[in-house]
Amino acid sequence: MSLFIVNILDGLVTGLLLFMLCSGLTLIFSMMGVLNFAHASFYMLGAYFGYQISTYVGFWPGLVLAPVIVGVIGAAIERYGLRRVHQYGHVPELIFTFGLALLIEEVVQFFWGKSQMAFEAPEALKFAAFSIAGNAFPAYKLFMIFIAIGVFLVLLYILTKTRIGMIIQAALSYPETVQNLGHNVPLIFMGVFGVGTAMAAIAGVIAGPVLGTFPGMAVLLGSIVFVTIVIGGLGSLWGALAASLLIGWLQTFAAAYNLRMADLLTAIGLSEPVDMAESMLSDLWTLTLPQVGPILPYLLMIIVLALRPQGLFGKRET
Amino acid sequence: MSVDNQSLAQRRAPLVPIRSALPWLIASGFLLLLPQVFPSGAGLTIMNQMAITIVFALAYNMLLGQAGMLSFGHAVYMGLGGFFCMHLLNQVEYNDLYLPLPLLPLFGGLFGLFFAFLIGSFSTRRAGTVFAMISLGVGELIAACSIIIVVFFGGEEGVSGDRTMGPEVLGFDFASQLEVYYLTAIWLVVAALGMYLFSRTPMGRIANAVRDNEERAEFLGYSQRYVRWISFCASGFFCGIAGALFAINFEILTEENLNLATSGSILLITFLGGVGFFIGPVIGAVVFTLLQTVLSLYTEIWQLYLGILFVLTVMFFPFGLTGLIAMHFRPWNLGKFGLLVRPYAVMAVPALVFVSSAVAVMEILFHARHASIGDEEMNLFGLTINTHSQVPLLVACVAVVVSFLVIKRLAPGLKEAWDEANHQERGAP
Repeated sequence: MSLFIVNILDGLVTGLLLFMLCSGLTLIFSMMGVLNFAHASFYMLGAYFGYQISTYVGFWPGLVLAPVIVGVIGAAIERYGLRRVHQYGHVPELIFTFGLALLIEEVVQFFWGKSQMAFEAPEALKFAAFSIAGNAFPAYKLFMIFIAIGVFLVLLYILTKTRIGMIIQAALSYPETVQNLGHNVPLIFMGVFGVGTAMAAIAGVIAGPVLGTFPGMAVLLGSIVFVTIVIGGLGSLWGALAASLLIGWLQTFAAAYNLRMADLLTAIGLSEPVDMAESMLSDLWTLTLPQVGPILPYLLMIIVLALRPQGLFGKRET
Repeated sequence: MSVDNQSLAQRRAPLVPIRSALPWLIASGFLLLLPQVFPSGAGLTIMNQMAITIVFALAYNMLLGQAGMLSFGHAVYMGLGGFFCMHLLNQVEYNDLYLPLPLLPLFGGLFGLFFAFLIGSFSTRRAGTVFAMISLGVGELIAACSIIIVVFFGGEEGVSGDRTMGPEVLGFDFASQLEVYYLTAIWLVVAALGMYLFSRTPMGRIANAVRDNEERAEFLGYSQRYVRWISFCASGFFCGIAGALFAINFEILTEENLNLATSGSILLITFLGGVGFFIGPVIGAVVFTLLQTVLSLYTEIWQLYLGILFVLTVMFFPFGLTGLIAMHFRPWNLGKFGLLVRPYAVMAVPALVFVSSAVAVMEILFHARHASIGDEEMNLFGLTINTHSQVPLLVACVAVVVSFLVIKRLAPGLKEAWDEANHQERGAP
């Protein structure tokens, strides 16, 4: 039972981290209609900037400064890159962000090389917050949960309770009308893009010390992020939250419980082949749950798309 | 009566107009002669790789260019076709399956078709972003499966085989690189011709219509979904052929043939070449393979240059290299190409300085950051410079800024000349 609770908490950390990326991505998608393929790359940039700043002035200034820098870079890319490509249509936009993802990975390797950075959690958070039946839960993970929830609440407050949020929501559905009312819609787009990338960067800074800061971190998380928002329903913030948590828990539990396919197959009355090397089904027999874990999100996506093409929370068929 | 029939036959256009057959004949002749020009082993290896990439890129463009579907997981169909062929080759070797090697690509194609049919059944329901995301998800799924399903994908070391174990065909056993080249070249022409003819069929035209406006095509009575599905299957078939050629040429397939990096690079190749033209992917594949081979000899950061080139292409030349060439047909036809020569020549000088100094800045920075300790000298454009002194970097930076300013200064003049060269006087033919 205690292991179960630890896994619930670990899954929550992963899920919320995923959600910090998905929320920005969803916001950008519903506004511009383009999925930012490079979103996870901004997450990586956040981690690297956070690391670089932390080597000079420590972790905490990095947590604030890195997202600001990444947000400015994101806004500049929207202003001078994406807006230019926008005239050619959605597919070139997607290709542009894909190229950007490649380029950012190369740039990161150019400056920091291919090896992992020694980005570590701040000393102040290096203690066990509490322990459940002997399993210590690090304070840093608790801090990650709080940051993620805090960011989400601030985002929700701004979007639903403030005037700026209302203008953004209106610009999502009726950009031309909002423009005619005298609001600077391109500026709003740029701002949303900047804020979205900054949120990805926050996720990057807090995830860097735990998941590792290396050039492959964007690719590792990137495709999971897209799968998540497809499962949640493109453009739905609540869908993104639900799908993020679902995938977070799915992956954590799959990694934690070593269920073996062989046990399952013998339980339903099949007998194990004597010579495993000769059997065509040897892969099926030696399969374990942790092995399958990484592909579960993709399987889930295909199941969701087959049964409910608009995603879990999507309103219309996208 | 017989006279009438004869005149009818004369009036009817020949089955294959010589004008449209000519480029194919020239290309085939060119492929035939190429090994005479580059007989070395390295040359043949590069040409084989190029031919495989061309087939793959053309098949990819059937989706991206012809049907407007952006796939982020297309390596899967080539890879699966290749893996299947590798197993077929092993069957030939160990179980005496009778299969002449030249027919192998056909089976690879059919396997690719089978998987495209299966996956296309749900992924082609929508075009655009949704299709792109599903293709990414499916691609990642199969790439991840390749480590789990060891029986078929061979785990981390992949599946390897021997192409020479089959029956000899016309006295060839395909042990030498040259024989493989000719086999690949023949399949290249066959596959390219097949894809070209497919794009000319009513089906290919409807795929274009669905790409441009799916709603209108639907109102004309065509199911956009089925049109996309059929395009997807056709593309999968030719990807499978490319995979089989890969299997024949390299005799090994690994997870690398399925993953996102391979899928991404084929998108890059196709887009660099130009998606709007049939010949685009061919040019893209040739240029990319050459760039890859040549650049990687001289610099460690060639992928960075490639990334920059790609992003700039998407931003400024969305029709790619072929589009850039095609832009110049109009001035040429108007007989005003001469007007462009001088401005181009003037622009070339600062452009060259800009590119080479920018390269210098990046190379110096990279060397200063990543060279082993004590290694402070590097060779750049034939000059030996110390990367740890500030002077070369400063010089290069100044050159970048100055040449950029000169380019900005010259740009309006070039634009003017361009407009003039494209302007047709009233009354002129």
